[in-house]
Amino acid sequence: MTSPFRTPDGGRIDRATTVEITFDGQTLPGHPGDTLASALLANGRHQVATSIKLGRPRGIAAAWAEDPGSLVQIEAPFPEPMLLATTVELYDGLVAHGLPGQGRLAEVPDSARYDAVHHHVDVLVVGAGPAGLAAALTAARAGARVALVDEQSEAGGSLLSGTDRLDDAPASQWVAAAVAELAAHPEVLHLQRTTAFGSYDDGFVLALERRTDHLGTGAPRHVSRQRVWRIRARSIVVATGAHERPVVFADNDRPGIMLAGAARTFLHRYGVLPGREAVVFTTNDSAYDAALDLHHAGVQVQAVVDARPEGSPRRDECEHAGIRVLSGAVVTGTQGVERVTHALVAPFADGEVGASSAIGCDLLLVSGGWNPAVHLFSQARGRLRYDETLGAFLPGEELDGLAVTGSAAGGFDLAGCLADGQRVVRAALTALAIPPAGEDPLPAAPEAVIPAAPLVLWRVPDTSGAEGSTSFVDLQRDATVADIARAVGAGLRSLEHVKRFTTIGTAHDQGKTSGVLTSGITAELLGIPVQDTGTTTFRPPYTPVAFAALAGRDRGRLFDPERVTALHQWHVAAGAVFEDVGQWKRPRYYPQPGEDMEAAVLRECAAARTGVGIIDGSTLGKIDVQGPDAAVLLDRLYTNLMSSLKVGSVRYGVMCGVDGMVIDDGTVFRLAEDRFLVLTTTGGAAKILDWMEEWLQTEWPDLRVHCTSVTEQWATFPVVGPRSRDVVGAVFPDVDVSAEAFPFMTWRDATLDGVPVRLARISFSGELAFEVYVNPWYAVAVWQRLLEAGRPYGITPYGTETMHVLRAEKGYPIIGQDTDGTVSPHDLGMAWAVSKKKPDFVGKRSFARPANADPLRKQLVGLLPVDRETVLPEGSQIVEFRADGQLPPPPVPMLGHVTSSYRSAELARPFALALVRGGRERIGDTVHVPVNGTLVPVEVTGSVLIDPEGARRDG
Amino acid sequence: MQLIACPWCGPREEVEFSYGGQAHVPYPDSPAELSDEQWAHYVFFRDNPKGRFAERWNHSAGCRRWFNAIRDTTTYRFERVYRLDDPKPLATELASSRRSTAP
Amino acid sequence: MSPGSSHATRTPRTPGADLPEHPDTLWRSPEPKRSYDVVIVGGGGHGLATAHYLAKNHGITNVAVLEKGWLAGGNMARNTTIIRSNYLWDESSTIYEHALKLWEGLEEDLGYPILFSQRGVLNLAHTLQDVRDSVRRVEANKLNGVDAEWLEPDEVRKICPVVNTSADIRYPVLGATYQPRAGIAKHDYVAWGFARRADEAGIDLIQDCEVTGFATDGNRVTGVQTTRGTIGAGTVALCAAGHTSVLTDMLGIRVPIQSHPLQALVSELLEPVHPTVVMSNAVHVYVSQAHKGELVMGAGVDSYNGYGQRGAFHIIERQMAAAVELFPVFARAHLLRTWGGIVDVSPDASPIVGRTPYENLYLNCGWGTGGFKATPGIGSALAHTIAHDEPHPFVAPFALDRFVTGALVDEHGAAAVAH
Repeated sequence: MTSPFRTPDGGRIDRATTVEITFDGQTLPGHPGDTLASALLANGRHQVATSIKLGRPRGIAAAWAEDPGSLVQIEAPFPEPMLLATTVELYDGLVAHGLPGQGRLAEVPDSARYDAVHHHVDVLVVGAGPAGLAAALTAARAGARVALVDEQSEAGGSLLSGTDRLDDAPASQWVAAAVAELAAHPEVLHLQRTTAFGSYDDGFVLALERRTDHLGTGAPRHVSRQRVWRIRARSIVVATGAHERPVVFADNDRPGIMLAGAARTFLHRYGVLPGREAVVFTTNDSAYDAALDLHHAGVQVQAVVDARPEGSPRRDECEHAGIRVLSGAVVTGTQGVERVTHALVAPFADGEVGASSAIGCDLLLVSGGWNPAVHLFSQARGRLRYDETLGAFLPGEELDGLAVTGSAAGGFDLAGCLADGQRVVRAALTALAIPPAGEDPLPAAPEAVIPAAPLVLWRVPDTSGAEGSTSFVDLQRDATVADIARAVGAGLRSLEHVKRFTTIGTAHDQGKTSGVLTSGITAELLGIPVQDTGTTTFRPPYTPVAFAALAGRDRGRLFDPERVTALHQWHVAAGAVFEDVGQWKRPRYYPQPGEDMEAAVLRECAAARTGVGIIDGSTLGKIDVQGPDAAVLLDRLYTNLMSSLKVGSVRYGVMCGVDGMVIDDGTVFRLAEDRFLVLTTTGGAAKILDWMEEWLQTEWPDLRVHCTSVTEQWATFPVVGPRSRDVVGAVFPDVDVSAEAFPFMTWRDATLDGVPVRLARISFSGELAFEVYVNPWYAVAVWQRLLEAGRPYGITPYGTETMHVLRAEKGYPIIGQDTDGTVSPHDLGMAWAVSKKKPDFVGKRSFARPANADPLRKQLVGLLPVDRETVLPEGSQIVEFRADGQLPPPPVPMLGHVTSSYRSAELARPFALALVRGGRERIGDTVHVPVNGTLVPVEVTGSVLIDPEGARRDG
Repeated sequence: MQLIACPWCGPREEVEFSYGGQAHVPYPDSPAELSDEQWAHYVFFRDNPKGRFAERWNHSAGCRRWFNAIRDTTTYRFERVYRLDDPKPLATELASSRRSTAP
Repeated sequence: MSPGSSHATRTPRTPGADLPEHPDTLWRSPEPKRSYDVVIVGGGGHGLATAHYLAKNHGITNVAVLEKGWLAGGNMARNTTIIRSNYLWDESSTIYEHALKLWEGLEEDLGYPILFSQRGVLNLAHTLQDVRDSVRRVEANKLNGVDAEWLEPDEVRKICPVVNTSADIRYPVLGATYQPRAGIAKHDYVAWGFARRADEAGIDLIQDCEVTGFATDGNRVTGVQTTRGTIGAGTVALCAAGHTSVLTDMLGIRVPIQSHPLQALVSELLEPVHPTVVMSNAVHVYVSQAHKGELVMGAGVDSYNGYGQRGAFHIIERQMAAAVELFPVFARAHLLRTWGGIVDVSPDASPIVGRTPYENLYLNCGWGTGGFKATPGIGSALAHTIAHDEPHPFVAPFALDRFVTGALVDEHGAAAVAH
């Protein structure tokens, strides 16, 4: 296969290797080093897709990310929506098609890997064009830690697209030498195919490295496809170049109409002729290079149409080459359907357009000047200023730690860019106190021809009769001069409103070519200076970034850490069904063959109430609170008194926020006069440690207290039930486990084969119970000893579900389930846990607010469904009893809701806990709970349904 | 994303820190003596200036120490950080365009 | 469809290309008059809606809406446009349901194509406590006359097939609440619809007019000092969202709100994959696919106070991780643009509306992440409040003094949803 528009030689493609791609069903050849766009052009194909609203043919209009035309969908090797043909590197087996509007997501998950790396440098240089390379070399030579990132497949920037010479040799030789020199510096990180897409505070830049995209199906699976670099730089040099700006005229969107600089890129970098017969329309001197280069490559350049009445000093060069130059002329329109066939050219003076004549062409190159790529500067909150001469927005202020250089700063001659790159990085190094290297030469660039002043021309007056409706400003949105005019006519004055009215700048390219044009045209229509119109805000990312790249490795199991206890493998082997509790995996129940949850839980509950059960409670938060003022701290944070607790004893306590609402509860061990072990809920562990630290550090730094999390230093196994004493006594024969010697709410230290173990008489079930605390290293061994000793009594491991049933039968609330941040200790019926002796504690003052005294506050009560059968769904709402059993139409006043609900083995009926308005006054009443459309009558009871007198706790 | 200068650890990434709101709002000496309104102001009301703000930060994923900072809520820039036992900044340092026509 | 085959059957089409055209006339840009009966500070959704309902429901048209920048350029231009009313507490669901009913007739009322699409919203539950909270909210909604259902995972999958309902994700979907009448609208169109109606009624919408101070006389505000001169006012209403504190500081009124950055983002245009709105708190992200086909997403606020209309990127990265976790097919969608708004967050995550120490000054703030969905509801209730000089029953529970009495409307812990 041959590619008719491929030059016989030249370019930076690998001509020795041919790859095959499929585009719109057509198999086409190309070479490594091509982009999809250059391969299409090499095969004579300009049209890529049709436009989104109008269905007009659209083609390749630029050579990189600023292209508004060549949207494609990748289908193979893996579907990816909406990329630009100009940025897709070619590989064998690429299958793609043009995209008129919406991209298509793959229907199967993406198995590629993505990751992220943090990197810290003295100097980050963004852009490896002449200014960026000069800056990176100077920084590297000075011994600075440098990162150089560039979005293209190879370094060189604009030097890849032209015929520049440095040190009297092709500039590519200098680029190669510079890259080699950078590679020799160990402190330099040089990344190509890496787009700096976001610039944030304090020198933080995000860059996306495309590591394997260009390898296609040959990408090694162990290498991440894309990598996010999180670069923290002490100093940033932005050398991101400039985007050429089109001029808007009627029918300026046809395939074959291209930015002039892009044609040079296709020619010099990819060895592609973008046409046979070209017209070049320009407002500045830069497009003359395109005209001459194409001419020398064999393109018939029909005319250079220069809008400036004086033309260019380079006119002679063109005419010498036989190229006609029309000064004081513009392109007013085009002809053609799927490809431009004619440019309509007319004289242009003082804003007036004369009669046009058609010039045949298959390529119309356009240059309206250059827009510096100020995105990163602007994202870093740099102010832009409008430059009247260039017709462009430039950095308008100096930023600390971020300098803009090269054409991104409005410099457009090679020698100047090289020198400026070196200058700005030297200033940055000085600020960082890094002395420059003695030897720091710049390559010699030929003296630049001083260009004639450009003409700022946003649009050519529409003489076609279409009134600007085919003069496209944003090709991706099919938005025209007429749309802007309509927006302004509707009364809009703000550029942001114009953007929203017309949708200009909202598409894939985020206005890279259309943004400044819109500012200019809007200003013209409003009759105000362009500076006053300004630009819309530059927002990250500079170019689109795949969601998966930003998600990185934080997916699946790594989305959030999984915390497991020392017994996790035992639980798994025992067939536990797990529940997520915060980050923890906790056994919810242990079904035996044929059991569902209800059956398993009834069995587990019965064991704990009548024999003995055991649960892994290791996830409970544990905080070691030490210091001479430890008791003072706890007195201030708990609602009840902790300082009176005796060493060796345990007390239950409640903590409130300053708003007086319960935030956590648990037991407190006094280990010594100056030392406590505080237990928190599983979910509250980190929060309560933070809470203690916050008060200690910010309010009470005079208190001599230290707090340390010991959650993971103690595995915890409550052994629960009337036979628990037998089990614990058997495992710890040296400990007197009698009720007299080891009373309720006390703890003891013991040893097991030399391993220290702590035992406590605490019960979260109302039953006789012992909690066993041991270093997790020995957890499995101790657990198994307990199981062994319990075997004669049928010891039954149980999970969180049974734990919840057992505690609910006793009316013990779960903070976060039976409370929701609006519940006070009094609402829970825990006035007994609120000290009246202490002058103050956190939350106390809030109890005295009027709303806290409202008798209709919601209070925790028990509920018993009258039918003795219905398990009320947790979350059910409670309404007044309706004699007719019918729910009235909404709104129906609600009395409260069911917070916990279970079937009780002990009660042989379901029961629930609920928060009910004025609930304690309603004990004995019957209320209704709507369940699946029917009203279930329930009796309001006290919250303690089993053993209210506490007779069982001592066995 | 900020680089925050922890007074004990030096500059660290923003993700290591947690925010603690307005600084220099001490727990009242005698809450019981406050009116409901005064208490409500302690519990719920905090300044919310556009501009410089003296605020609390915690190096929660680092040394876990609390400290204070003066930060500009418009630019997000940290003007300075200081320890909890350092003096409260003068009003002039926090001066912004806030004005009051309160009766 | 196998890779590569699609082009063969793909005919050129322009899916989702067109949004409805805006009208040829939107609003005037008048010079401010010397005084107005009512001055609304803040030309966002709430200010513009209040202006519209003042004119429409109460015949009050000697009104100015002062906007420091461009109309509806703050949170109104930056939100993710989710509209729902399935809040937990009676007070909240009442005002949001009032709003939702108005949304249902708003296109006609405004004569503007606001693209209100009642595609439903799913609030996913990922833990057993999420499930309890969700059922609680559904049951409360039903009793309040708000459409709500609890869905099991297989029903979630039927409504939104791209949600990963498998058990192999870190926090599997255990179910969801579903409000079928919820949906999205096109925010600019909504704002512009209100603005155009207000302008037609003779109300002055005054842009580039920043309030720099207030003229007061005892406990009355007599005028508003602005960058465009002093404007006399009979009644003043503050509708400045994240900038409320800047105004109340000028008046010496303390308001318990904190202004935080809230970020959002959008993808490129995609073929329809996501037919509803999905919100998840545990795997924190909310997402819908807007009319043109772009995925619109948001997540939590940045932790610190900020007026910068931007936030930190790690928040976006976390959101992307959540999105890909819940919607594996989103992996190769592209982030096109990120931005930030300024949300005014109150201690109980409920708004603060009503009287102030100045007898002719009304406050409307603290909507946090709920402001957009409330727009017509609060606009009509605030207009009623201004017209009758008495808080409308729907806003009465949200008075500033609740922080003193302790009678909060705490939507934090109970609702299991944000935004």
